Amino acid sequence: MIFWKLFFSFFKIGMFTIGGGYAMLALIQQEIIGHGWMTPEEFVDVVGIAEITPGPIAINSATFVGFRTAGIVGALLSSLAVVLPSLICVSIVTRVWERYKQARLVQNMFAGLRPVVAGLVAAAAVLIALATFRYVEGYLSQLWTALIAGATFYVVAFRKWDPIKVLVGAAVLGLLIFR
Amino acid sequence: MQQKSASLWQLFSAFFRIGAFTFGGGLAMLPLIEREVVDVQGWVEKDEILDIVALSQSVPGAIAVNCSIFIGLRLRGLPGAIAALLGAITPSIVIILIIAHFFAQFQSNPFLLRAFSGVKAAVIGLVAAAAFRAGRNTVVNRYGLVAAACAFALSVSGLVPIVWIIILGGLGGIIYFGRGQGGEAR
Repeated sequence: MIFWKLFFSFFKIGMFTIGGGYAMLALIQQEIIGHGWMTPEEFVDVVGIAEITPGPIAINSATFVGFRTAGIVGALLSSLAVVLPSLICVSIVTRVWERYKQARLVQNMFAGLRPVVAGLVAAAAVLIALATFRYVEGYLSQLWTALIAGATFYVVAFRKWDPIKVLVGAAVLGLLIFR
Repeated sequence: MQQKSASLWQLFSAFFRIGAFTFGGGLAMLPLIEREVVDVQGWVEKDEILDIVALSQSVPGAIAVNCSIFIGLRLRGLPGAIAALLGAITPSIVIILIIAHFFAQFQSNPFLLRAFSGVKAAVIGLVAAAAFRAGRNTVVNRYGLVAAACAFALSVSGLVPIVWIIILGGLGGIIYFGRGQGGEAR
């Protein structure tokens, strides 16, 4: 049953998204490509769309994948499934927040998770790069893609440019140079 | 502390505004959330925002979503949480539904396709920059280096479900850091 599979998949993605945003990209990719709901190329499209539209990537991709696999109902179901773990966990944790915050076990768990999340985000960058380059035709276009990716990395990581302005710039550049 | 009351509609619309204007996700939207719930609505004291952020990062899910649930719960209980949550996610859902609906047309438009190729190239750099930032703050000791390298290798190889990698990371932290603290305590 596709609705149940979508619900379960996105519930799982919501449940194991720690540290927000990019950390879940690898998990989303594994889930939706593993189920054959999308090709790696379509996944890269979704990430690109998620970046240029408002809202968390998890919800953007849940809505998109849900819609593509099972229409409006699939989109709404997936989007709710991905936020349901948040609703449950926040409701529980707020009750015990003062104790939870200071619990050594919790602190140690998150200290252990943070570098893992960094590794997962790095893996997502590599997987997205591989999937993108696979569909870029011609050496010149590949060179431009690498240059735009490298320049974006530099100005966002080291120069603290606003990512949205960088994306707009990249779109204009893409319009001018790609064919 | 006395807090202003909020109707379910106010919660929904405040988080709708936040959801509609937060690009990039993660901590990028914090100033916007703070402005709305502290300065404009007065629902939360300024120093409470730090706790809200800490909590939002310590439970699963997107930060904006967790913030909305937390503030909704505080002000109006579960109905408030649901109103705030629906407000936060409705803009994303509507915009993506529109794009997904017209996606085939987008894909056959050569101008949009070229612009989007530029965006996709930049996305590689954006995600790499996010990894760099996350790594710079967390790969600060031997555990961090080993854990990040293992997570990276296992994830790229695709041999292990990501969920297991996350569970192993949590367990690894409990064991590695727990042992050190136990030693110090004695």
